[in-house]
Amino acid sequence: MLDPAQLPQRLAALRENYPASNPDMVADVVRAILGTMRGDLTAQDASLLAEVEELAHTVATARAEIAALQADDINASHIPSATDELDAIVEHTAEATNIILECCETLDALGPTLTGEAAQAVQDVTTRVYEACGFQDITGQRITKVVATLQAIERKVAQIVEVFGRGARETAPSVAVTEDADGLLNGPQMPASAMGQSDIDALLASFD
Amino acid sequence: MTIDKSMNVLIVDDYKTMLRIIRNLLKQIDFNNVEEACDGTDALVKLRAGNFGLVISDWNMAPMTGLELLQEVRQDPRLKTLPFIMITAESKTENVVAAKQAGVSNYIVKPFNAETLRGKIEKVLAHA
Repeated sequence: MLDPAQLPQRLAALRENYPASNPDMVADVVRAILGTMRGDLTAQDASLLAEVEELAHTVATARAEIAALQADDINASHIPSATDELDAIVEHTAEATNIILECCETLDALGPTLTGEAAQAVQDVTTRVYEACGFQDITGQRITKVVATLQAIERKVAQIVEVFGRGARETAPSVAVTEDADGLLNGPQMPASAMGQSDIDALLASFD
Repeated sequence: MTIDKSMNVLIVDDYKTMLRIIRNLLKQIDFNNVEEACDGTDALVKLRAGNFGLVISDWNMAPMTGLELLQEVRQDPRLKTLPFIMITAESKTENVVAAKQAGVSNYIVKPFNAETLRGKIEKVLAHA
């Protein structure tokens, strides 16, 4: 027969030990209920409660394993290091591209001093270099996508650490996220799936 | 039809190297009056203050994207007929459709070549 006086006392004692909700509390609550009900449970109820207790134990084990991974190191050093490296790539490729462009501009300036085939040859070459230098824009955008992915991982890790971590933890700094409600900011596509200029021209023409 | 290459052209991109590339390619085809803007907001201020005959804009910029800039331009009574070419790495069908529905004059996907840029400019300005 359930003793109603005992259960509230046991739950109150548990609340003192766990002022904030905690997965460990679930297991203790289940034990408290089982202990109080003393044989008044049906076999099915007992089985269900045992499974809940097992689930709480699994959550506690997962928490311990996550803590052992030192997941907060991911946010503290690995991701910032990776994003710094990627930012450096963008910066260095921009520097190199600007040097190349400067050289081409110098050649272009020589154009009026040349005549005939030489002038045309110089312009053709500088044009090709300008076209090729567009790589820096594409690589920059691809790297920006990777950095955004890393920052999303960083936020998720911070959430996991916050839920399962020991005591108060410093959460990852909030990162401004570009709002893209209509899903049109996708950046450059992979070559195999990207539409080429002729596909786009055909699509535009279909509107006429 | 003769194109007036002395017109003011506004090029808009958040990557300085791309602005430099487009400026140099425009110079090669005798468009020498080129101004630059680093995002849609900056571009809109310049468009409303200036007298431009053509806008060439990237899409993926902040705080105002190229699409948002295009929408603002088409809503402005002074600017709504301004030729507007989008040059962008955004190449999905829905991007092209959205730009067309917003009133883009033409759409160039990156990476692009000088011949494509020249051809699209001539086509757009011939219809302007």
